[in-house]
Amino acid sequence: MNWIVRAAHAVWEFVVGDDPFTALGVVVALGVTALIAGAGAPAWWVMPPAVVALLGFSVLRVARSR
Amino acid sequence: MSGQEIGLAVSVFLACTVEAVEALTIVLAVGVTRSWRSALTGVGAATLVLAVIVAALGPALTALPINVLRVVVGGLLLIFGLQWLRKAILRYAGLKALHDEEKAFASETDAARAAGSAGAGFDGYSFTIAFKGVLLEGLEVAFIVLTFGASQHNVGLAAVAAAVAIAVVVLAGVLVRAPLARVPENTLKFFVGVMLTSFGIFWGTEGAGASWPGGDAALLVIIPGVALASLGMVRWLRRAPAQHAVGEPA
Repeated sequence: MNWIVRAAHAVWEFVVGDDPFTALGVVVALGVTALIAGAGAPAWWVMPPAVVALLGFSVLRVARSR
Repeated sequence: MSGQEIGLAVSVFLACTVEAVEALTIVLAVGVTRSWRSALTGVGAATLVLAVIVAALGPALTALPINVLRVVVGGLLLIFGLQWLRKAILRYAGLKALHDEEKAFASETDAARAAGSAGAGFDGYSFTIAFKGVLLEGLEVAFIVLTFGASQHNVGLAAVAAAVAIAVVVLAGVLVRAPLARVPENTLKFFVGVMLTSFGIFWGTEGAGASWPGGDAALLVIIPGVALASLGMVRWLRRAPAQHAVGEPA
């Protein structure tokens, strides 16, 4: 059981790294895109500004901590 | 070759170049100071493990329905690409130290010497350090090869681009016989971050069920858009401390 936890932790560290907020933001933005597209409305405009905003917040968070 | 395939090949090639340069530094350090034979055995073993990972996961990924694949891969590329991009932006802005291959080489060499002398036979230290270095740096490349390749059902092209990058770096390493300190690592990382993020936006949106106006041509707007926004952040971060300093009392 211990190795499963370690493996899961290693995968989490590898993919998500030290910024889980950005990862969560990406998932939420993709979910919003799917909801809007599912309703039949154009949804291509959601991801570009969402990603730029997530990047900006991520950079700002690190910059402020220094 | 389509635009997406060129984007795939260039992104994988550059990402692989960056990681191969870092792995080369580690292998050179243990090879020069301890045992070339053991270090190269470690490189071979790690390459084998990486090849098995790509060969095992590649077909499994490409078997997924295209929309599921694209939303998953798009999301992963975004999470991964945003990390590369954030680090590159912080380095350009002077808020994070640039990766210095000569410094890394000196540090690895000191550690290898401090580990005691290598015997005449197989050197476990050289093998382990080379194996770990190549495996860890290679995992990121394997991830990019798999995600990019699977999304276009072209893992083969991604693997070829990675192999060419490794061959170029190894050849340069053999010719120079020193860590490749002149490779503009942060510029490459910035470019790879832009590409991963842009393709992540493109595939993630398509996988979520939306369509891009202009189809694939939308990438011609997304890639420069992400690059410009990122450069804008670098510029803003560089100016921010100066403005702060101006506002402070003398």
